Amino acid sequence: MSGIPHDHYEPKSNGEKWLHRRLPIVELLYNTLMIPTPKNLNWMWIWGIVLAFALVLQIVTGVILAMHYVPNVDLAFASIEQIMRNVNSGWAIRYIHMNGASLFFIAVYAHIFRGLYYGSYKAPREVTWIIGMLIYLVMMATAFMGYVLPWGQMSFWGATVITGLFGAIPFVGDVIQTWLLGGPSVDNATLNRFLSLHFLLPFVIVGLVIVHIWAFHTTGNSNPTGVEVRRTSRKEADADTLPFWPYFVIKDLFALAVVLVGFFAVVGFMPNFLGHPDNYIEANPLITPAEIVPEWYFLPFYAILRAFDGEVWVVIWANWLTGGIVDAKFFGVLAMFGSIVVLALVPWLDTSSVRSGRYRSSFKWWFWLLGFDFMVLMWSGARPIEGIYPYIALIATTYWFAYFLVILPLLGIFEKPLPMPETIEDDFNAHYGKPDADGQTAASPAE
Amino acid sequence: MFRKLALTALVAMALTSGAATAEEDEAGVTNYRFSFDGPFGAYDQNQLQRGLQVFTEVCSACHGLRYVPIRTLSSADGPGLEPAEVRAYIDQNFIEVWDEDLRDYRAAVPNDNFPENDAAGAPDLSMIAKARAGFHGPYGLAINQFLFGIGGPEYVASFLTGYNGEDDEVAGSYLYGNDIFYGGLTAMAPPLFDGQVEFNDGSPNDVESMSLDVAAFLMWAAEPEMMARKRMGFTAVILLGLLSVLLYLTNKRLWAPIKRRAKGGPAE
Repeated sequence: MSGIPHDHYEPKSNGEKWLHRRLPIVELLYNTLMIPTPKNLNWMWIWGIVLAFALVLQIVTGVILAMHYVPNVDLAFASIEQIMRNVNSGWAIRYIHMNGASLFFIAVYAHIFRGLYYGSYKAPREVTWIIGMLIYLVMMATAFMGYVLPWGQMSFWGATVITGLFGAIPFVGDVIQTWLLGGPSVDNATLNRFLSLHFLLPFVIVGLVIVHIWAFHTTGNSNPTGVEVRRTSRKEADADTLPFWPYFVIKDLFALAVVLVGFFAVVGFMPNFLGHPDNYIEANPLITPAEIVPEWYFLPFYAILRAFDGEVWVVIWANWLTGGIVDAKFFGVLAMFGSIVVLALVPWLDTSSVRSGRYRSSFKWWFWLLGFDFMVLMWSGARPIEGIYPYIALIATTYWFAYFLVILPLLGIFEKPLPMPETIEDDFNAHYGKPDADGQTAASPAE
Repeated sequence: MFRKLALTALVAMALTSGAATAEEDEAGVTNYRFSFDGPFGAYDQNQLQRGLQVFTEVCSACHGLRYVPIRTLSSADGPGLEPAEVRAYIDQNFIEVWDEDLRDYRAAVPNDNFPENDAAGAPDLSMIAKARAGFHGPYGLAINQFLFGIGGPEYVASFLTGYNGEDDEVAGSYLYGNDIFYGGLTAMAPPLFDGQVEFNDGSPNDVESMSLDVAAFLMWAAEPEMMARKRMGFTAVILLGLLSVLLYLTNKRLWAPIKRRAKGGPAE
C-alpha cells in the first residue's frame, strides 16, 4: 500500500505459508502496522489513535449499558438509576460512557482542525477527508440519539427541538418528522428506534473508520510540511519515513495515556460538569425547561441554526425569492447543514497549491480566526437569544461561511507562499539541529 | 502548535476575565463549604445521619426518595448505619411501600427503595442535588462550575435558607417568597424552623445547620457512589500517570538514535 517502497511480508514458517496461501491476513496486518510514516509528524497527529480508542471505549461500555437499559418511556429513566445504584460498577460504566462522548468530540475537533491547518484534505487525500466527514456526521447522529436515551428533561426536549428541524422542510416536513418520530411527538416509538440506531450506528462508524484508514494508507499520511514522501527509491523513502510500528505506536500510546489522565480526572472528579442538570429530572412532555441547550459539541452548529431569524436580510431576501417557501426556520436548518457541507467541500474550495498552513503567511491568521470563531459559536450557542448575543452569533456564522466560500478560494490566488523544505528529511533534520540534508554542516560537532 | 493554542487560550481568557469578575451570580446561591467538595472531599458520616433525620422528620412528609434503596443507608461510604439500625429505622418510622403482587401496602424491607410520595405534588428528591445548578457563568463560560462544582447541594441549602417572607397569592394559591427559587415564589412553605429537629449528639439545629445537613444527605442520595468514584479517579489518574511516564521514557529511548542521526551524530 501507499506506493512508498518498504519491506514486504514474507511468510517464513510452514504454518504461515499454509495460511498465507488461503488467507493473506497476516500480510494485511503486517502492511497496516509497518506502513512507512513520515517521520516529522508532530503531536497533532495523535488524535487518530485517541479517536480509535474512544470508539472502542464507547462500544464496550455501551454494550454493557444496553444489557441493563430499558427502552420504555416509563422505565428508561429508572433503569439508568438502576445502573447508577444497583449494577456493580454501573455508575463507572455509565459515567465513562457519558464523558466518553465528550472525549470523542474533543478528539474529533482537534483532528478536523489539524486537517484544516495542514491541508490534509488536499489532493490526493480528498476521499479520506470525505469519509472522515461522513464519520463525523454519523458520530453526531449517534451522540444525539444517545443523549435521548436517559429520558431526562433535556433528552426529551432536545429530541423535540432537533427532530423539529425536519419539520421545517417545506411541504413534506411534517410527514418526514412524523415518520422519523414514529408518531406525532417524541414518545415510546421514538425512544425505541433511537436505541436501535444508537446501537447500530457505532458499527457503521467502525466500517467507515476502516475505509478511512484504507484511504490514507493508499495515499500515505500527510505531514506537517505537506511535502510528499519521496517514492523514487527505497533509500530516499527510508530517509523520509519510519515504520508505524514501533515508532508511532509508542508515540501515540504515550499521547493517549496523557489524554486519558485528563479523561479519568473528569470522570472521577467532575463527571457531570459537561452535562446538564435538567437531565436528572425525568422527561415531562407537559413542562418545558427554562432553557433548552444541546450538548457542548453541538453548540457551534446550534448557534448557526439560531443565528437566522426573520430580521436578517439574507433570510428576507431568500424568503422573497422563493415566494415564502424558505422561511427563517428552514433557512436556519439549511445554514446548519450548509456549515458542515462547506467543511466537507473544503478540498475543492481551497485553491492554494501549498498544502501546509505552515508555509502560508496570511492563511495562518485566517485559520486561527476560524478556530476562535468556532469557540465563539460554541459559546453563543448556549447564550439566550437576547441583547447582543444574536448579533455575535450572526457575525460568527458569517465568518464561518466566509472562510470556506470566500477567503479560502481567494487566498490561493493572492497569497505568496513562504519557502518550503525540499523533503521531509530536510524538515526533520532542520528541526533536530542539522540544517541540510547532506550532513556536511552539522550544527553540533560529531562526538 | 501547542504554544499557539496556549496563547490563543490565554488571550481568550484575558479578554473575558475583566468583565467576568464584575458579574455576580444572579441566583445568589451561597457557596457553602461541604466536606465532600473537591477531589479529596469525603462525605461526613455524622452529617449524613443528621441529614437523614431531617429528611425523615421533615421532608418525607411531602417528598419521596423513590430511586434510593433503603439498604444503601448502611453503605460505609454513606450514612453507615448498621444493618440492624436500618431495619430499626424502617420499623420506627413505619415505612411502607406499595407491593404490586399484594396489590396493597406492606412494611418495607431494606431491599426496597424509599417510598414515592407525590401526595402534595412535591418533586421526588432522589436526584435533586444533581438536578439543580447553584453556579453559572460568568457569561456562559462555565468557569464557576469548573472551580466550585455545579452547586446542587449549595442550591438546596441556599433554597432552604432563602425564604424572605415576601409571600404572594397567585391565581388562588398561596406562594412563599424565596430568593433562590426560579421566579421568586415557591409553593413550599418554609419547612424548617430553629430547633425543629433534636439531634442525639446535640449538634446545632438552627435552620442553616439543618439545611446544610439535609443538603449533604440529598447529595449522597443523588450520588451514593461518590467516594468510590473519587477513589477510581485517583487510581486511574495515578496509574495512567505512571504509564505516561514509562511510555514517555520508552518513546524517548526509541527515537533517540533517529534524532541523533538527524543532528549529524552517529546512529548508535
